[in-house]
Amino acid sequence: MKNSPYIPSTDTDNKEMLNVIGVSSFQDLLDDVPENKLFPSLNLKEALSEQELVEFFELKANNNSASKSISSFMGGGAYNHYIPSTVKSMIQRGEFLTSYTPYQPEASQGTLQVGFEFQSMVAQLFDMEVCNAGMYDGPTALAEAALMACRIKRNNSIIIHDSISEKSLEVIKSYSKWQKIKLLNYKDIDQNDDSEYGCLLVQSPNQFGEIEDVEKLANEIHNKNGLIVQHTYPISLGLLKPPGKLNVDIATAEGQPLGVPVSFGGPFIGILTCKKEYIRQLPGRIIGQTVDKNNKVSYALTLQTREQHIRRESATSNICTSTQLIGLMVAVYLATMGPEGIKSISETCYHRAHYFAKELDKSANFKLISKTFFNEFVMESNLKPYEINELLLKNKIEGGLDVSSEKKNRIMFAVTELNSPEILDRTIELLGGNNDK
Amino acid sequence: MINKEQPLLMDQSKKGRKAINLPKYGVPKTELPDTKFLRNEIQLPEVAQLDLIRYFTNLSSLNYSIDTNFYPLGSCTMKYNPKINEQIASIYGLASSHPNQTDENIQGNLEIMHDLQNELGEITGLPAVSLAPLAGAQGEYAGLLIAREYHKQNKQEHKTVALIPDSAHGTNPASASMAGLEAVTIKTTEEGDIDLGDLKNKADENTAVLMLTLPSTLGLFEPNILEITKIVHDNGGLVYADGANLNALLGITKFGELGIDICHSNLHKTFSTPHGGGGPGSGPVMVAKFLEKYLPYPHVKKEGDKFKQYKPDFSIGRLNGFYGSFGIIVRAYAYIRSLGEEGLKEISQNAIINANYIQERLKKHYKLTSSRRCMHETVLSASIQKEEGVKAIDIAKKLLDEGFHAPTMYFPLIVEEALMIEPTESESKETMDKFIDSMIKISELSKSNPKEILEAPINLPVERLDEAQAARNPILAWEKK
Repeated sequence: MKNSPYIPSTDTDNKEMLNVIGVSSFQDLLDDVPENKLFPSLNLKEALSEQELVEFFELKANNNSASKSISSFMGGGAYNHYIPSTVKSMIQRGEFLTSYTPYQPEASQGTLQVGFEFQSMVAQLFDMEVCNAGMYDGPTALAEAALMACRIKRNNSIIIHDSISEKSLEVIKSYSKWQKIKLLNYKDIDQNDDSEYGCLLVQSPNQFGEIEDVEKLANEIHNKNGLIVQHTYPISLGLLKPPGKLNVDIATAEGQPLGVPVSFGGPFIGILTCKKEYIRQLPGRIIGQTVDKNNKVSYALTLQTREQHIRRESATSNICTSTQLIGLMVAVYLATMGPEGIKSISETCYHRAHYFAKELDKSANFKLISKTFFNEFVMESNLKPYEINELLLKNKIEGGLDVSSEKKNRIMFAVTELNSPEILDRTIELLGGNNDK
Repeated sequence: MINKEQPLLMDQSKKGRKAINLPKYGVPKTELPDTKFLRNEIQLPEVAQLDLIRYFTNLSSLNYSIDTNFYPLGSCTMKYNPKINEQIASIYGLASSHPNQTDENIQGNLEIMHDLQNELGEITGLPAVSLAPLAGAQGEYAGLLIAREYHKQNKQEHKTVALIPDSAHGTNPASASMAGLEAVTIKTTEEGDIDLGDLKNKADENTAVLMLTLPSTLGLFEPNILEITKIVHDNGGLVYADGANLNALLGITKFGELGIDICHSNLHKTFSTPHGGGGPGSGPVMVAKFLEKYLPYPHVKKEGDKFKQYKPDFSIGRLNGFYGSFGIIVRAYAYIRSLGEEGLKEISQNAIINANYIQERLKKHYKLTSSRRCMHETVLSASIQKEEGVKAIDIAKKLLDEGFHAPTMYFPLIVEEALMIEPTESESKETMDKFIDSMIKISELSKSNPKEILEAPINLPVERLDEAQAARNPILAWEKK
């Protein structure tokens, strides 16, 4: 009797096939494996039935605070946004879910056209000329963008602006460590000397939610013959000026806020967009429009000579995924929102965040530190962040991110359309918002 | 299959249509930032909800997929993706848990990760496991960074050579180059085994690591594996195994017992998470105990009855924003837990029997690259058919017409007109028999009527594409007509 419901062959089938092969037992097929290393035992946990499997994982999920919470103010690189029904229903289609990378375009037009829609709509949202089909996540997209800029400029110095998050910086370090790349701090750059650099990396809205003057920074680095790479929060682009209008050369983002669950940090999708002149140095998959032999519009992976399976050690990157399924979610999300929807969500985030910040700021417990921010801001408090979060969690609300400095208690809140006005008022009340300064 | 052209959404767009109603602000408005920071206009499609659903649903029907077709796609392990794993990954308390939560609020997630680390360690015999890498290529890269860090700690920084067989996946040399290693090619024999003489010549004090794929990309088990790992170790190098073909080895043998120090596994291959049309994947890296302190962070360990994340002492660093591809990790763990030891062993047994069955039945019709028994995949050559003007790509396209996805073509590079076939354990004998019949039919057709093959595919939504034009004049986003 089979142990696996996922295997169709019966014992009789296997016997018949072994007969055709011309061996008397399965082991006869394994002559090349050292005999004393054959058939080790596997000390694994016991198998569960389908029903027990669900019960098991439900139990584990219950040990996460998220299973009981009704609202969350946690941000810092992953954001809770509403996921439309259209997105949830489309990713369940097995024809998308269980297909392979579209190396055979004739049998993959669905995947390819969705990927082309993703590239088109993201390029429009960012107002950039070109977007690839997707990277692993935001920080890896930023790291690859930095390496790409260095290749374009043939200059291996990367300037890091202090707007870049600590986690992104850590990823950039592990991506560049052995590639003779110099990482410099923006504060140490003399704007008046005539040194040249590969690129400047800036994050806006920055790691604490503040909007940076990207245009000014773009001018600075262009004067030093380097490229500007902007990392951004895609939902903010419904309200804020897009990278393409800020003279940005390469723009990246964490794509997760566009219809993808936070899912403990992955799978996400990295967005990587650039000016068209740089496409030969772009890493990752790119989908292009072409025609078939009857002149019918069709889609295919293109510019593959940049990639590892052709260029091997000289490839632009080792990446060979486009995180296509998450790209599908983003494409359906953007099509569902449309221009008005994305603007509306963006503005809702902005207004609710500012209302919340201002009301909390009235409390004797809190002082608003952030100045020009989008939907994420930092408060100084006489309470410790974990005290704030414990109190909120007792009321089924997940609090904010602890960004305390050595001397000061600081907490960062992210507010989105999922934090309803009622939740905002309830949270303000719980945190002593009525306790006026 | 619907064979109608689906206009792009921007070409369907009409001002005033929408697909969703959204909440109002519900709070007093705040003044907006300076206009120099504000956007003027956004161009995105405006479509009604039904049109949107119909569009994407119709697009899905243009695809082949595991749910609809047999994918004998060598080195990709296109097996069945159990539906229950999708359901489990979307459990609210998992899908909505935030990665910036503190450890006490994510005990469930950390336990799942910790337990999967243990199971993968046991399966591969390399007990220290990091789930951080987001894909096989990132797992490879992590493995190489671990090797570099290990040599650095041992003050062996001159070790900067990665030995890579000429039959390797392209990601191997690409990852080596990202890790600042010099890729030196090792010859393989005609059957794809490592040429021991060449290895002995090239392994020296500069060898940082040998990257080998086991079973090899020709689907064969490396018969000299114990000698190979010894040669590399004698030169102070480490042995890294590309686990792309792990589906052949579950309960058959363990990397760790063969002298391999580092490996990665593609959860989207061996452990059944869906390919999604090209990701997301997940590529955990497994290492011997003495390399544990170099693993990427965050890493998960158990202390008492609590699970904790930590940074190993000499960690190679952070590879991505958070913990890895958690949703994929959950699916893979659900798969392993649904099968246990006996179920996992059945996978490799059936995968190997199936591949050998196809090899045996096709060997009279196509040139075999090796007379040996294969593991989970077999590599055929279309060199006989090529004499009639029918190449591997033509056979691939004809198979599409027959309702099968094509095998992997032109890989490994060392085989002329390669067709790499991996049936996996998921396919029934009946399905494989139909596939074999088609392959035989195509071989016969290559003699009697090659033109029919060269014209394929004709039953799909599009015929052969002008891929050269796509690269010469790249159209990479919607353009106004």
